Amino acid sequence: MTSMLPPALQRHRGLIVLAAVIAVLPLALRNDYHYDVVINAGLNAIVVVGLNLLIGYAGQISLGHAAFFGLGAYASAILTTTYGWPALGAMAAGIAVVGILAYVIARPILRLKGHYLAMATLGIGVIISIVLNTEAQVTGGPDGMSAAPFTVLGYTFASEQSWYWLVGGALLLTVWLSTNLIDSPIGRALRALHGAEIGARVVGIDTTRYKVLIFVISAMFASFAGSLFAHHTPTVTPSILGFIKSVEFVVMAVFGGMASVMGSVVGAVIMTLLPNALAAFEDFEPIILGGIMMGTMIFMPKGLVPTIAKLLRRKETP
Amino acid sequence: MSLLKVTNLTKSFGGVSAIRDLSFTIEAGTIHSIIGPNGAGKTTLFNLITGVYTPSSGSVRFNDREVGGVEPHKLAELGMNRTFQNLQIFHNMSAVENVMVGAHLHLQKGLLHSMLRLPSLARSERETREQCWELMDFVGLAQYRHTEASAMSYGALKRLEIARALAAKPKLLLLDEPAAGLNDTETREVDEVIKRIAAQGITVVLVEHDMKMVMGISDHILVLDYGAKLAEGTPAQIRSNPDVIAAYLGTVG
Repeated sequence: MTSMLPPALQRHRGLIVLAAVIAVLPLALRNDYHYDVVINAGLNAIVVVGLNLLIGYAGQISLGHAAFFGLGAYASAILTTTYGWPALGAMAAGIAVVGILAYVIARPILRLKGHYLAMATLGIGVIISIVLNTEAQVTGGPDGMSAAPFTVLGYTFASEQSWYWLVGGALLLTVWLSTNLIDSPIGRALRALHGAEIGARVVGIDTTRYKVLIFVISAMFASFAGSLFAHHTPTVTPSILGFIKSVEFVVMAVFGGMASVMGSVVGAVIMTLLPNALAAFEDFEPIILGGIMMGTMIFMPKGLVPTIAKLLRRKETP
Repeated sequence: MSLLKVTNLTKSFGGVSAIRDLSFTIEAGTIHSIIGPNGAGKTTLFNLITGVYTPSSGSVRFNDREVGGVEPHKLAELGMNRTFQNLQIFHNMSAVENVMVGAHLHLQKGLLHSMLRLPSLARSERETREQCWELMDFVGLAQYRHTEASAMSYGALKRLEIARALAAKPKLLLLDEPAAGLNDTETREVDEVIKRIAAQGITVVLVEHDMKMVMGISDHILVLDYGAKLAEGTPAQIRSNPDVIAAYLGTVG
């Protein structure tokens, strides 16, 4: 059935569905709080789509992605307030700096595999978090700091509604770029080095180079989301880039579906909405989070979206 | 000039020499087989030639260039490619995508082109897919054009690896036990595929246990025993070589 569609439509099925959902969702949003939650879900989704390129497609783990998200946020906050940069300029600078930093880090640590890589990325995240906490004269320390309003070409995004459309557009852009990348020679190289690294090397793929490349790209996506977050949130504090936040990003990717762009979006949205829905049980949040992770690993190791997609396919062809 | 020249090659693992002082040459445009009892060092030799292992000493020259210890992806750029005895298939991809990975070296790989899917990239992707489908037809996998690799049989995956290697347009193709685990029909099909590959001017080196196949298609055979050369020559010479007969069947008395 689906193979009847033109290839471009088939590739971007998920994107089209997502665009439709984003278009109609405001009908269900009653107040600014609702908007705020959904906007944060969208920002998380941008990070997780990028992170899933690294984890799900290329098979490399990162437990430090919140640090790149946080660096992007701080770059925007510091450059727009302390130095009066325009918002887009600050964002671009943040993405560039994070990209360079990720590249420098990636060269040595992506030679590690499995648990060792997880530990190394975790360490990087902790170091960046400590630096931002202690360099109080630049970052405001534990009190944090605020970014200037997000103004582009004279238009300031102030209302929650305007932010909704901005983040919705940013998410669609991220999904589109990522889907294109996966279905390209680069994307195949990433999936190949995940599937059988030596098999990829003997056909001419410099696997180290591609691991570094995707680490950098996914860090840049995180920085992009972080910059938007900085302008939307009242204050940027070091808590946004702690270890727990990194773990949350990984949980979102694993729960939603490894190697699934739409899974990343669904995972990020559910895992962002859940704590808000469970606000009354706040103390139990880590337990619930852990329970979801365990349940996912045991009952649907491929994650929510791929598991459901498989069930649907099975129904179609009995 | 020979395409591959191995001189005094040695590889030790701890105190064990898996390959000992081995020298041989491979001429372009022919089919060569490397045979020997289990544990003779055939796969180790393959891994040394293809950069998976680094030689302890000695030299491997490919196209008159020293390649001992050169990384596999650089060897692929130079025109060497291989398949594996224990398959190295990308099970997370479709069959044709596996072959398309093989064409990686010859594709446009710009990051912006890929992320924006510019028209030139979309066109090149379409053409590559067509060519890779043709390669699948060539190795007899026409019915798997739209199949996921994870849904294919062992015998089909063996040929998928050959198609993937061919997509890289190699000068030298090394096949590690292409017929292992295949039934007679499948073995004959692989046999045909290897002949067709050689007919295209690609030099083929294979490690194989199936004697009938080896004797039938090889121009030249190298026999290994305990990591050293036992004999070398045409199939007829090998068949009548007393050392080879002794190694395979045991000596009388």
